[in-house]
Parts: sequence; C-alpha cells; structure tokens
Amino acid sequence: MKKFSIFLILIFLIFSSSLKAYSLNPKDFVNELVNDVITKLGDENLNTDQKKNFVREIALEHVDIKALSLYTLGELRKSSDSEVLVNYQKSFEKYFLKSLTSRLSDYSSSKFEVLSSDKKSDNYTIVNSKVKPSDGSPEIEIDWRVYTKNPEKPLIRDLIVEGLSLARTQKEEFASILSSNNNDIQILINKLDEFIKN
Amino acid sequence: MHIFKNIKFIIALYIMISTFHVSAKATEECFENTSRAVFKFNMALDEIVLEPLAKGYNKLPDPIKTGTSNFTSNIGVLLSIPNNILQGNFKQLGHSVGSFAINTSVGILGFLNPAEKIGLKPHKEDVGQTLGSYGVGPGCYFVLPVLGPTTARDSIGMIADTFVDPFAHITIREKEIFSTSGNSLDYFSVRGATAIDFRADNNQNIESLKKNTIDLYSSLKSIYLQDRENKIKNSIQNEDEWGSLDN
Repeated sequence: MKKFSIFLILIFLIFSSSLKAYSLNPKDFVNELVNDVITKLGDENLNTDQKKNFVREIALEHVDIKALSLYTLGELRKSSDSEVLVNYQKSFEKYFLKSLTSRLSDYSSSKFEVLSSDKKSDNYTIVNSKVKPSDGSPEIEIDWRVYTKNPEKPLIRDLIVEGLSLARTQKEEFASILSSNNNDIQILINKLDEFIKN
Repeated sequence: MHIFKNIKFIIALYIMISTFHVSAKATEECFENTSRAVFKFNMALDEIVLEPLAKGYNKLPDPIKTGTSNFTSNIGVLLSIPNNILQGNFKQLGHSVGSFAINTSVGILGFLNPAEKIGLKPHKEDVGQTLGSYGVGPGCYFVLPVLGPTTARDSIGMIADTFVDPFAHITIREKEIFSTSGNSLDYFSVRGATAIDFRADNNQNIESLKKNTIDLYSSLKSIYLQDRENKIKNSIQNEDEWGSLDN
C-alpha cells in the first residue's frame, strides 16, 4: 500500500511538472512555454528519452496538431473520406512528434526572447520572438501563430522561422507527394508510417 | 542597327514578362523530372564539395568567419544599389549606399561592419526581386545545375544581375569604375566564398531538414519560393489558408 502511495505521488509529481499551466495571454504563453522547454532540454539530470517525452507531452497539450494535419492536407481535406482522414491524422501526429523531438534537441542550448505580439483576429495572434544560438550563429527570428478561438486554451498552430512557415513548407511537401500519386492519401500515410519506423 | 537589337530585346523581354504575369498565381514546375535529376546531382555535389568546405570553414576562428561574411555581404550590397533605384526605394538606397561607403572605408574593405552599429541595414535586392516588385509573377520553377532552385523570372533576373551589378562590371567585364578593376576569378571567388559562408551558416538547418523531410526536393522548393516572396514584399506576413481552416 505504501509503495502504491509513493507511486501515485510520483505520477502526480511527473504530471504536475510536465503539464505546467501557462499564461493565457499569447505573448506570455509562448514565453513561458518555450523557456520551460529550453530549461528542460538543458537539464543535465534528464536523459535524452526523458527530454523527448517532455517535449512530446508539451506538444500534445499545446500544439494544435489536429488542425495542423488538416492544414497540411490542403483542399483535399474537404473531399476526403472521414475514415482515411482519421488514419491520416493518426500517422501525422506520430510523424510530427518524431520530427519535432529531433528538431528541438538541435536548439536546446539557445537563448529565447519574446519581442512583441500582433493580434490578427479573434482566432489568431502572432507572437514575435528571437533565438540566440549558443554557438554564436546569427540570431533567428521566430514568429508563433497562436490560435486563440478558445481564450482559455491557446494553441500553437505554426512556427515562422525567418519568414519561412513550417506548416506551409509541410503542406507544399505533402502536396507534391499527393499530386504525383493521384491525390491518393493512403500513399502519403504509407510514407509517413515509413518515416516513423526508420 | 544597335537600336533595333535593343528594341528586339525589349520586345522579347516584354513577351516573357507578360507570360509570367499570367501564370503568377501558381508556381508550377517547368520540367519536374529533369529538375529532380539536377537536384540529385546538386545534392551529390554538395556532399562532396560544399559540405566539407562548409564544415572546415565552421572550424575557423570566429573573427575570420565574421570578416568573410561581412566582406561578401558588403560586395553584395553593390547589386542592391541599382535595384533600389529601379524599385524607387530611396530609403533603402540610402541604407545601401551609406552601408557600402562606411564599411568599405571605416570597415577596412568591408571586413568590419560599423554601418550596422549606426543603424544602416540594407536589404539584399536583385533584378528578380525588382521584376517581382513590378508585378511580374515567378513563372515556372526549376533547378539549375550548381546554382540551385530558381524560377523563370529569377533566372532571367540572374542574367540581368550581371549587367546591373557594378561588381560584375569591374570583374567579369573588366571595366574600370573609380580606378578599380578586376577579373572573372575575383567574381567567382567572391561568389564561391558567399556560397560557402551561407552553407556553413545553415549547416545545422540543412542537416535537420534532410533528416526530417519525406521529400527534400519539395521542401526546398517551398522554402525557396517563400523566401523569394518575402524578399519581394519585404515582409513576412502571410495568412495563406489559415483563415479558411475554421470555417
């Protein structure tokens, strides 16, 4: 029983530390979230898997992966069979998380600063920030597209790195695969699954 | 006779520009299969030549890397000057002329960048961007051997660059400007150094992209086209399709 209580406390501690509540204001939300991630990635007491798990949990909670998956499908999302769409979203989520965890480790020792924010509509706010890599490379400007339709739960939908939208790049990459395969989503799903396995 | 030649050139250019304008909305591929083959060749070339050079360059002391980067950027500003005039962007013209004058003199031939410290930040402009600012669409997309991704508009711009770029005049054409001249070797050395500096700066990003894409060719195409779009607009605002996602 005692062991079980300790186990429960540990579970609670793990969840309370990883799923920390961030501010609802988009600017503060991005600032707190990214600095939290950078701190965790720089923590020498955590091993690579723990860091990746942390990033994965953060992404699942604070990135609008579902919307991102639909966006990257372009107009095809409107005409696709719902079952295929669900399968695509499952594969996309795994693909996104694998790709994200590998990318974030590259920038783990950078300095991050939020500069300003620009409310585009009730649904979107763009938060402008800059990252100073620790290796002395030039500063990188990153804009965050935060979805604020539900003000109680801001979600990240896109990262615009030096003017290059990661979501748009992904969408155009998928569009090329789809157009050379008769717009067959199953082929795209197969390619995503192949990437996840490797 | 010379006038007729010029008129023919202008008419040909006008027809090409009109054609691109019609297809300005979507950047289609000119000949995708060939471009993909050229892309493979370029990637192999990058692996054998550019990547090792960039990795070696990254091991150099920071002052040497910064100095080289400043030097090549300063020469690059020369191409921006005529394009600032062609675009009627006189504020940027001030930045370009001021930056080049200060960095070449006080900044010891451009190896230092004191102009940035006093707030002069020239944007890089070329003829492709100038045509874009006139409303000329990109036309179709293709990949050139060694030179990489381009569009119909930008490839014409690239040729035109060598006619309006003062640095190309004094090197490739061996003309004299302000008692300064050079040769083709100078031109290609600076272009080579610019390419190595760019590759070295982006080494981590390129590696990450190679690792995380399913179709690297399409990713790089998207990145190239977004970058050109932003440079033409001198802005990074793009609402794209996000608005319609919630409808």
